[in-house]
Amino acid sequence: MLDRVSIARDGTTLLSVDATVAPGEVLTLMGPSGSGKSTLLDLVMGDLSPAFRATGRILLDGRDLAGLPPEARRIGILYQDPLLFPHLDVGANLAFGLRGGTRAARQAEVAGALAEIGLEGYAGRDPATLSGGQAARVALMRVLLAKPRALLLDEPFSKLDAERRAQMRDLVFSRARRAGVPVLLVTHDAADAEAAGGEVVRL
Amino acid sequence: MLRPLPLLTAGVLAGPVAFGLLGTVLPAFGLLVPEAEMPWAQALSWPGLPRALGVAILSGVLSTLGALTIATLILAGWHGTRAFAWLERALSPLLAVPHAAAALGLAFLIAPSGWIARVPATLLGWERAPDLLILNDPWGLSLAAGLVAKEMPFLLLMMLAALPQVQSRRRLRVARSLGQGRVAGWLKAGFPGVYAQVRLPVLVVLVFGITNVDVAVILGPNTPPTLAVQVARWMMSPDLSLRAVAAAGGLILLFATLGVLALWLLGERIAGRLGLLWVRSGRGLPERRARGAGLLLAGTSATMVLAGLAALAVWSVAARWSFPDPMPEALTLRSWSRFGPDMLAVAGDTMALAALATLASLVLVIGCLEAEHRFGLTLGQRALSLLYLPLLVPQVAFLPGLQLLPLALGIGPSWPLVLAGHVVFVLPYVFLSLAGPFRAWDARLARVGAGLGASRDRVLWRLRLPMLTGPLLTAAAIGLAVSVGQYLPTLLLGGGRVTTLVTEAVALASGGDRRAVGIWGLGQTLAALLPFALALLVPALVFRHRRGMRHG
Repeated sequence: MLDRVSIARDGTTLLSVDATVAPGEVLTLMGPSGSGKSTLLDLVMGDLSPAFRATGRILLDGRDLAGLPPEARRIGILYQDPLLFPHLDVGANLAFGLRGGTRAARQAEVAGALAEIGLEGYAGRDPATLSGGQAARVALMRVLLAKPRALLLDEPFSKLDAERRAQMRDLVFSRARRAGVPVLLVTHDAADAEAAGGEVVRL
Repeated sequence: MLRPLPLLTAGVLAGPVAFGLLGTVLPAFGLLVPEAEMPWAQALSWPGLPRALGVAILSGVLSTLGALTIATLILAGWHGTRAFAWLERALSPLLAVPHAAAALGLAFLIAPSGWIARVPATLLGWERAPDLLILNDPWGLSLAAGLVAKEMPFLLLMMLAALPQVQSRRRLRVARSLGQGRVAGWLKAGFPGVYAQVRLPVLVVLVFGITNVDVAVILGPNTPPTLAVQVARWMMSPDLSLRAVAAAGGLILLFATLGVLALWLLGERIAGRLGLLWVRSGRGLPERRARGAGLLLAGTSATMVLAGLAALAVWSVAARWSFPDPMPEALTLRSWSRFGPDMLAVAGDTMALAALATLASLVLVIGCLEAEHRFGLTLGQRALSLLYLPLLVPQVAFLPGLQLLPLALGIGPSWPLVLAGHVVFVLPYVFLSLAGPFRAWDARLARVGAGLGASRDRVLWRLRLPMLTGPLLTAAAIGLAVSVGQYLPTLLLGGGRVTTLVTEAVALASGGDRRAVGIWGLGQTLAALLPFALALLVPALVFRHRRGMRHG
């Protein structure tokens, strides 16, 4: 829930948002570049550049996020690039956000996640050898395996070709719904907003 | 824990310089060294002073102008060609070769009985070496030539790094479409922007040229030597009162250097005005001759350094080798079994010192850059000039004080003092080398990591540093090479009791045993080059199955 959130730079207000996203729902923020969409995501992540000033409250499951470091917020993020860690293999990328459990249990979770996206046996692969669509799916599973309490999407489909884009949209939104987490989508593509099916805020 | 690091680093850079200058000023005015009498008068009445100062300035200015001219010509005439790519590959390793080792090799080439003189001698049947004072000439011309050969690759690579920031390719295309030749167009449209970017490195080269000790001992004149060499001699003299004279001499050199720097800055303006007149005149250049001269000069200076190193290698395995034979009569490992074990033992000490200095620098630099990333803590533009401070203030002006002031406080010359001194000079190069790749790292990866629940420390250790393995190793290799090359700090702060490859090699240079010089000089070269080879090899091996980790 974004409670009268407003971001300013050098005293000029960049954007103001007041909205609530229910678990499993998607809130879409649409606006041209430079409208401060990504800055809002930075704020929600807890990594706002010191050049900006923010007011208002951000609540997740009823808890105020103010003062919490990014890693304690448990908010997953997907960018337009998959941003797989290039020095780790696919399996280690997926396991990066796993906590606790035995080694075998973590490995089983990774294998299960790969099977779900049709990439059985890819755990030992170099991420640089994956196709764009494969890498995007791995990035999605990596975020979901960390069991986030909210999901941020920063133009996540804009670099995929038209056919993959539709597939990926379906996959991401259905997964988010199943995980039951609130999703904040930032995009300038109206088709994304339509596919998301939730409330749309224009900046 | 991170927050104080930028300030600490600034202290590590500026503290020793300030402390050392103070420690040099006090004895020059009769304090701190009680035995001294009228140090200023003594330094000023040294009969060699005018010549020592004149030769230092002449060789410093000539070498800087020469290195800058050649680097500019080669960049203007050949950037983007196959010849340039070849030359760049040949010059890059030369950057790591320590000054002293390069100078020793050059001395083997250009000495009257050196490799070069043996060519006409063999052809013309000379029996004896020509009686010419080529090496150690009284005007310091061979010193200037040696400095040109060593500094040209440095300036060239600095200029190359500056090119993307001034969009030189596009500027050149516009200039050429306006009818300018390649060299003239680049000089008019590209050079001013590039020079503005490499100004500080150029000044570092100028200051080093005027005030260096190791190259001047090997290639420079002897009676009198350059002022910096004389200051080092006064400092190392058994007559302790001469240390105050050394301090006064160091200050004279400091003032002279400041004067030259002021004149250089004035010269920049005049050159700028003249350049503007040239642009307005619309006149070009003899393009082919300019390009030819650039390639010839750059090729010659690269060949000289490489051939010099080859001469060191051949002498180290030479049996009987009399003038004017171009090669020794036979090859033998006798010299290696005689000097090799000593050299390897000292090489071990040298590398230990270099490794500690580099490690300390890396910790400070990574700490600074990470603090910048996390808290936006920077010292701004001033921090950059701070990095250059230890490189722009002549070493002979503050190192005497860095020895004398701790001595007055009861801390004599020692290994830890040498280590601290090395950090002061290694740190700037490690910072300059690592800052670019560290800042260029995609910060979105840190957010993805944080979104997966990784703390900032985990992001640093598990993501950022592993992904920067290549740049980290390169920075470490540069740090090691800089430390291996440090002559004066090792000599003065160690009081002559801490020996490294460079102090031994320079000490041997005047002795005349060419086989020993060959082995020690080669040892120093390898000590500086091997880390670079490892820095290339290790990431290629570790990440051989990670395509995304190649090329950065």
